[in-house]
Amino acid sequence: MRRVLQLFLLLVLAWIVVEPLAIVGVESVRRDGAWTLDAVRAFAVEPNEWRAAWNSTWLAALSVITGTMIGVPLALVTRLAGFPGRRVVSALLALPAVLPPLVGVVAFLFLYGESGVFSRGIMALTGSEVAPWRFEGGGAVLLIHATTMYVYPYLLVRAALATFDTSLIEAATALGAGRVRTMRTIVLPLLRPAIGNGALLIALTSLASFSAPYVFGGGFRVLPTQLITTRLNGDVSVAMVETLVLVALALFCLGAATRLGGPGVRGAGKGLAPAPAASRKGWRRSLTAVGVAAITVWLLLPHLALLGVSFVAPGAWTRTALPTAWTGGNYVALIAEPERWRPFGTSLWMAGLAAAAAAVLALLVAVAARDPRHRLSRGLEVALGLPWAVPGTVYAIALATMFSVTQPAAGRFILIGTLWLLPLAYLVRALPIIGRAVVAAIRALDPAYDEAAAALGAGRWRTFRTITLPLLMPALAGATALGFVTGLGDFMTSVILYTYDTRPVSLEILGAIRQGELGIAAAYGVVITLLSTAAFVLAERSRGAA
Amino acid sequence: MSTVALDGVRKQFGDVAVVRDFSLDVADGEIVALLGPSGSGKTTLLRLIAGFEQVDGGRIVLGGDDVTSRPPVARRCGMVFQHYALFPHLDVAGNVGYGLSGERLDRAAMATRIAEVLELVDLSGYERRPVTALSGGQQQRVALARALAPRPRVLLLDEPLSNLDPTLRERTRRELRELVRRIGITTILVTHEQEEAFDIADRIALLHQGRLEQVGTPEELYSMPATQFVAGFIGRSVTLPGEVIRRVGDSLEVAAAGITWRATGAAEAGQAVRLAIRPEALRADPSGTIAGAVVRRRFAGASWFLTVRLDDGAEVEVAATSASPAVGDRITLALAGPGAHAFAHDAPP
Ligand SMILES: Nc1ncnc2c1ncn2[C@@H]1O[C@H](COP(=O)(O)OP(=O)(O)O)[C@@H](O)[C@H]1O
Ligand SMILES: [Mg+2]
Repeated sequence: MRRVLQLFLLLVLAWIVVEPLAIVGVESVRRDGAWTLDAVRAFAVEPNEWRAAWNSTWLAALSVITGTMIGVPLALVTRLAGFPGRRVVSALLALPAVLPPLVGVVAFLFLYGESGVFSRGIMALTGSEVAPWRFEGGGAVLLIHATTMYVYPYLLVRAALATFDTSLIEAATALGAGRVRTMRTIVLPLLRPAIGNGALLIALTSLASFSAPYVFGGGFRVLPTQLITTRLNGDVSVAMVETLVLVALALFCLGAATRLGGPGVRGAGKGLAPAPAASRKGWRRSLTAVGVAAITVWLLLPHLALLGVSFVAPGAWTRTALPTAWTGGNYVALIAEPERWRPFGTSLWMAGLAAAAAAVLALLVAVAARDPRHRLSRGLEVALGLPWAVPGTVYAIALATMFSVTQPAAGRFILIGTLWLLPLAYLVRALPIIGRAVVAAIRALDPAYDEAAAALGAGRWRTFRTITLPLLMPALAGATALGFVTGLGDFMTSVILYTYDTRPVSLEILGAIRQGELGIAAAYGVVITLLSTAAFVLAERSRGAA
Repeated sequence: MSTVALDGVRKQFGDVAVVRDFSLDVADGEIVALLGPSGSGKTTLLRLIAGFEQVDGGRIVLGGDDVTSRPPVARRCGMVFQHYALFPHLDVAGNVGYGLSGERLDRAAMATRIAEVLELVDLSGYERRPVTALSGGQQQRVALARALAPRPRVLLLDEPLSNLDPTLRERTRRELRELVRRIGITTILVTHEQEEAFDIADRIALLHQGRLEQVGTPEELYSMPATQFVAGFIGRSVTLPGEVIRRVGDSLEVAAAGITWRATGAAEAGQAVRLAIRPEALRADPSGTIAGAVVRRRFAGASWFLTVRLDDGAEVEVAATSASPAVGDRITLALAGPGAHAFAHDAPP
């Protein structure tokens, strides 16, 4: 029975997760029905291609370095140092984690862009008619990456510190180690898995990053944006090669991280969170508070700009440094005008359907793969996690390729141009988010619960329905909420796969900006951010409850 | 000269007074056990000595230095944590050598010292083992070696045996006692197990709700309990209401359950007292004058403990060595020896 379920799920995952990537691999070395290395050659001789690959690589490396250097110290300070306002600041610093990438990018546009707050402020001060800078190119993208992706090491290191055994720090102190030595020889080495995972997340996110280079790149091309251009130019097989290079880079990071990070040191994860040690010197507390507050404000300024712009009346922010009129009308327009509401409705149903389907699939996989030692369990797990490591742009193209012909025997149908391709893409993207959480949750359940139910005469189905499912519900609900909001705010797959009927919010935001309707664009962004925050809080709650 | 002197130490967490006006002197090379029920403030007291917590009042003197406001680094206490707190990413030598870095030893001297302490705890040759691969007993000894390596002024042990399984506990206890005696290091041991304290310590400080109830040798605590709590916590006893008849030399004559007892204690004639009676204060004796019925029997290896309901309704306990009477049998008892302790009513319960 379990074996049948496992095989069935393996088949389903092979179909929607593995096959699209395999087709990309094959098409990169085929043209007109024959095997050829033309595309590989075309890629290899084109300096632009190499430049994009190189740009992606150094951007990822520098994003890792800068993001880690911001995130890890912030996590240490907000956990270990006592200062006024610590809780509020800690929560605010996690905010970028819930920001859909495109919304974040738009927020930066409002703050640092040529017609953003800063630029206009300087123009007003100097009386100049020309913008003082162009916020464009690799530096701009790196700034966005560093100031949004720091959340990964920040959150992971904070979580690791929450279960850090305080007596280890005390033991070091009792043995004569000062603060610096304790930090260097005990705390940081034990946090290595958390820092390593944070760095890996930054590397993968940076490699997959599409919105920032798309909006701010200018002439600065990275692989995901290059991919789109190549495809629009009709060079399908070269695009496939680019796709594979991108996948290879992502897998390389994954491998490197696994090797460097090693398995987390066990034994460090029990005990109580260290209580924040309030410095005995008053001025030091105040200095810490002011320093952290300043960094927090700097990191959150784009979000504030987004919020501000969402209240700007149409046409009230053209020449002046600050808008001349404020209104709540942008939000009213989102609901009252059917044309503005429609993308919302579209995004809601697509993301909702995708998340629900992914949740069902993830739950089935969790049940089937509960025993981690089973060989098929590992296969299911790998397939489930694949879309997590592979950039979204790649999946979009892979799905578009797979579902552009009819070959029922290979499971290929024409979905391109229909309503269904985008929800399917969202589903694939949501699958690892929900799946990994639910698999972890089911494995954390004490098998004795099942055995107790069985001993009391409950059959398998009753045990699942009355014991397993209720116990999994918090994790499932939280993860599904997260899966839902990734679809809701998605830009990188949508921009490739959308049709007139499935035009989602993210594209509407970009459209609004092109039309100069900044207030409307910002209002969309704020609403999506609020929905994402709610989902994030729900997920955190349920993690706490589990 | 005392190595550790606590003088009126107080500690509050929020509104709760966890350590109240605690004073204790520990002599050089002495082993003192802080004994008390769970939550009585033992760990807190140890952490105050080590410097992980700050006192709210009083002074802490270590080896003649007032360290009350000094940080842990400056106190030179060797601490063994309840769960050992071995650094999981360092091997045995890395753990044991961690506290030696302040001494500017060269590599060879460091290795020698590590080998020396490992030899002490019988773990020679374990230098390169990862600590996570050791058994519970071995981990405990590495923790001990790590604490001893920098030659601390005082060794602080927080329930060092509580993480071991019972069969291992007794052997480890013996080894621990021999080790600290051999090194002659001043030691403060926290435990909630009377047997552990009796076995290892020269003196016992009994804590109750953050207060020092009594300090003394195990014999003193047993035979001359200062408070009703001490009498109840150390050894077995039953408590009856009584009244002091008169004072005879060092002891009291107390009437309780229709019997006149010879008891320790400080009270005036005519005063109402609580009388704690140990099983050995009575014996089963066919010619005895105290009559009652056996209501419970408990087998305890070498002897039986009988609970006897006296004719006026009071229940006492007595040990019987020979073939024991059955529940329901009537027997007679006689006063045997010391083992009754009187406490005035206004003393803390
Ligand atoms: N950091 C702390 N904050 C608040 N209360 C504490 C703290 N540490 C200990 N306590 C309280 O102080 C009391 C004594 O604790 P502890 O010293 O650990 O007792 P023991 O070691 O004797 O079991 C307990 O009631 C405990 O809850
Ligand atoms: Mg304790």
